[in-house]
Amino acid sequence: MTTLTPVPTTAVPALGWTAHDTVALIDRCLRRSLRQLDTVLLSVILPVMLLLMFVYVFGGAIETGGDYVNWVVPGIILLTAGYGAANTAVDVASDMTGGIIDRFRSLPIRPTGVVTGHVVASMARNAVSTALVFGIAALIGFDAVASPLDWLAAIGLIALYVLALTWVAVAIGIVASGPEAASGFTFAVLFLPYVSSAFVPPETMPSALEAIAQFNPVTPITDTLRGLLLGTPVGDVVVPALLWCVGIFLVGRIAAGLLFRRRD
Amino acid sequence: MTAPVVVARGLRKSYGDLTVLDGVDLEVGSGEVLALLGPNGAGKTTTVRILSTLLRPDGGTAFVAGKEVVRQPAEVRAAISLTGQFAAVDDLLTGVENLHLMARLAHLGRAEVRTRSAELLELFDLTDAGKRVVKTYSGGMRRRLDLAVGLLARPQVVFLDEPTTGLDPRSRNDLWDVIRSVVAAGTTVLLTTQYLEEADQLADRIAVIDHGRVIANGTARELKGAVGSAHVELRLKDGTEERITTDGSVPDVRRVLADIERRGVDVDTWEVRSPTLDDVFLTLTGRPTAPDHEPVLVASRES
Repeated sequence: MTTLTPVPTTAVPALGWTAHDTVALIDRCLRRSLRQLDTVLLSVILPVMLLLMFVYVFGGAIETGGDYVNWVVPGIILLTAGYGAANTAVDVASDMTGGIIDRFRSLPIRPTGVVTGHVVASMARNAVSTALVFGIAALIGFDAVASPLDWLAAIGLIALYVLALTWVAVAIGIVASGPEAASGFTFAVLFLPYVSSAFVPPETMPSALEAIAQFNPVTPITDTLRGLLLGTPVGDVVVPALLWCVGIFLVGRIAAGLLFRRRD
Repeated sequence: MTAPVVVARGLRKSYGDLTVLDGVDLEVGSGEVLALLGPNGAGKTTTVRILSTLLRPDGGTAFVAGKEVVRQPAEVRAAISLTGQFAAVDDLLTGVENLHLMARLAHLGRAEVRTRSAELLELFDLTDAGKRVVKTYSGGMRRRLDLAVGLLARPQVVFLDEPTTGLDPRSRNDLWDVIRSVVAAGTTVLLTTQYLEEADQLADRIAVIDHGRVIANGTARELKGAVGSAHVELRLKDGTEERITTDGSVPDVRRVLADIERRGVDVDTWEVRSPTLDDVFLTLTGRPTAPDHEPVLVASRES
């Protein structure tokens, strides 16, 4: 037995199978999402309640130089997206701490496909919840003046933001001790937009907070989205917005990859 | 024994100062059922995780279906299935969806995905429950589904890591029946358990593992034989206990009881006990595995 010469084989199956496996795993996660409609619903209801509260309760007292609903909707959209993406951490954590990850790992498949399934499902869930929040925003007077091209750019930016946060959520889901611990991340992401330009202009904050708000990645991303949707010039916030999104994506993607391989 | 399908030689694994495996040697022949029996923390799960490519050993070698587990993990994975202590099924999918997903990932053909799933649902008595979400299943149903999922691709070797831990006695019996039908199909099985009765019921051969080493290896009969013959255990009215050796046959037990009556001692309870695997474990390690015993015959009478 010990005299067997080592056969150099890779643990990676053929590319065609990898595509086939990934499709099966995406299908799995989409089905899971359909069975957890309450989660999707919550990721719509929560931002909508915030939207209504900010527009009808606080909005009258906030001076933004225009209709407050137009000011706040881009921020609410990002909050929706962030919260929805963060939920991925819970799904990934329950896979990693239940027995199912061992089964996936003992199959002749590339196990990272498991994570890809969750990422794609997160994008799909967020597409639905973002569309719903946009719809409700329109009902209460959100007035986008964006051209089709601006809309395309806005959707692209939201998708990139969701993708970036989803990968961070995946990394957190892998290291979390369980689904409950992972759900803490959703709250962190939920509070991220408060100290940013999402709800109020940062210039109105005390100078220390303003500095934080200006550094908060949500600020340039919100400003860019707002510019695109309201047809105002976006100017110099586009580059930081994109850099933040790509940076967060890379950190999340690389961390998730490393953590996934390390965990055994 | 036919040519071994699973071979482990001197497997070692430690985490820091804690040595989990201290040179495990194992062989499982083709179509054989080997029970790896030992208490919690003996190294059973670690052994199975190494053999199923989930964990790298620090030392030693292991071959499964002729492939080396560290160098040829993909080939090993294609030949095995693993059913762990926690049912590795998706709670939010139905039983059928779980089977279909895993069948697709095992690269079965489109038609085979469906026929094989239906076959296994039938075999494991899950046809009716197949359309329900797994979250609604009982513990026993989940384990059965888990096992069914593991068998989709007709693996050469099945690893069952404590398949009945945490199940009630009836579910355990159901699962045993299912495992027996798998075994009858000629599949090679490596089963870990801390239940002596389970090893006795299912396995052709038992390897006793303790502190990361296999300390005994043989059939249940051989292991029991190593401990000695049966005995009659008496608990007297004055609280003392007595053990009288017997060969366990009816005439011999009658002789022992007649003897006791002649002596006129006040017996509170008595039982005839064959050596159990518990006794085996106690003899080998100096400590029992579990608090419960397995009396062959218990009688209590007034005197």
